[in-house]
Amino acid sequence: MGSYHLGRHLKILEFALSSMLRRRTKNLGLVLVFAALVFLLSSIVFLTGALRTEALATLEASPQLLVQRAMAGRHALIPLGYGELIARLPGVGSVTPRYWGYYYDIYTGANYTLLGIGDQGLESPGSTPLRLVEGSFIMPGQRRVCLIGEGVAEVRGTRIGGMVSLRDARGWMQEYEVIGLFASPSRLLTNDLILLPEADLKAHFGMPDDRATDLMVEVYNPHEVDNISRKILERLPDARPISHAEIQRTYETLFNWRGGLLLAMFLGAMAAFMILAWDKATGLSADERREIGILKAIGWETSDILELKLWEGAALALVAFLAGVTAGYAHVQRFGAELLMPVLEGWSTLFPAIDLAPRIDPYALGVLFSLTVVPYIVATVVPSWKAAITDPDRVMRAS
Amino acid sequence: MKYHILFGLLSAELGLLATLHLQSAPSAERLQSELADKRALVSKLGLTDLALWTEARYTRHPSQADRFAAFQDFPSSIEHFPAGSIIAPPEPLRMPVGAGSAPSRHRDP
Repeated sequence: MGSYHLGRHLKILEFALSSMLRRRTKNLGLVLVFAALVFLLSSIVFLTGALRTEALATLEASPQLLVQRAMAGRHALIPLGYGELIARLPGVGSVTPRYWGYYYDIYTGANYTLLGIGDQGLESPGSTPLRLVEGSFIMPGQRRVCLIGEGVAEVRGTRIGGMVSLRDARGWMQEYEVIGLFASPSRLLTNDLILLPEADLKAHFGMPDDRATDLMVEVYNPHEVDNISRKILERLPDARPISHAEIQRTYETLFNWRGGLLLAMFLGAMAAFMILAWDKATGLSADERREIGILKAIGWETSDILELKLWEGAALALVAFLAGVTAGYAHVQRFGAELLMPVLEGWSTLFPAIDLAPRIDPYALGVLFSLTVVPYIVATVVPSWKAAITDPDRVMRAS
Repeated sequence: MKYHILFGLLSAELGLLATLHLQSAPSAERLQSELADKRALVSKLGLTDLALWTEARYTRHPSQADRFAAFQDFPSSIEHFPAGSIIAPPEPLRMPVGAGSAPSRHRDP
């Protein structure tokens, strides 16, 4: 009994494939368009997935709590006295000032991030030498030296032993010797970075001695971070605490295929797909109508015709979906998402080369499947059902 | 039997996807092994953001952007908010360079 049913389904599938082969040019065109759309959509899903995984995993080690100061609605330098006040709160460990800022390089048109590291950071107990640094790291007390990211080294055409000259707050050119390079695996974090001794950075930006860019706060119990943030805001209303969870949430949202610029691309491709499905749903060709009429006239049941159309839709959609997903995966894994990179790069002068390891996310692929394959099959079956429940004579005459 | 060809095609596509996925395993393993080093760097330098987009403050440090993060200071930046296409630039910016303090619109008769 079971084999009879299986055999019947296979025969209908065989008939469906023969029918599709008779209209091979049209169906091949549909497969290509369908696969191209799935390729674009799945490339976006794989690219954002890979970036999100990398960002969240790497920034897991970012500070537990940062405290900035906002003045007139924007970020302002924070008085070191705020740090002393925060350090007295119960549950707070160390409070470390961070010194950093931006530098627009008029010669290359690039923006660098300048970061200062103090002797306190260099001598932190238990710290192991950084393996992602080529050359040497800054030593306590050392001045007029720097470590630079790969992007900076490329645009400035310098390497270890070279010099980087930057115009300071007084308009004087200051030269720093490059003693180290951040190795390429770290380029997603350090591409535009110039690491200077803290004293040099403060002098460069003309920062007052009693101010820092922001404060890095260690909280003993990670569950207390929100509580500490609230206490800081009660005592310092102009402070702006940024927790580790907020940083993670920012990147979770940024690289979500359901948001941002990538959503715009996603929606564009989806709209194109919907037009394709709508076109399919709003009418059968004269040939298809005649075929349904003949099948009904020779004794096919409506359910058989629906199964035939279901097979047709499923065969085309599955072949195209798998082809699109495979091509999308290869595009991201093998070719570094070359077609999407210009969109992602935007106007960045120093966009890092990204090493991507796409992950197959069953949830995202499931969503993609239900947004493409399912509507397509429905769009194939519904008009056929309409034709199949009509009198065969009328269907054939109408066609 | 045409359905054999269909099943064969679908199997080939799945096989190709699986092969590509397996081929990316060493790259994923390498990235995983570098993760500890990257985290050490993030921890040591107190980094908060990826160095992806350097064109503006809020793209370089999205997690640190001002609450009102509308267009911020960056040399030669181009307007990108819809409002910018409606609001005309302020009068001083519309004056040609070196035109002095007398805009042509307010010239005496």
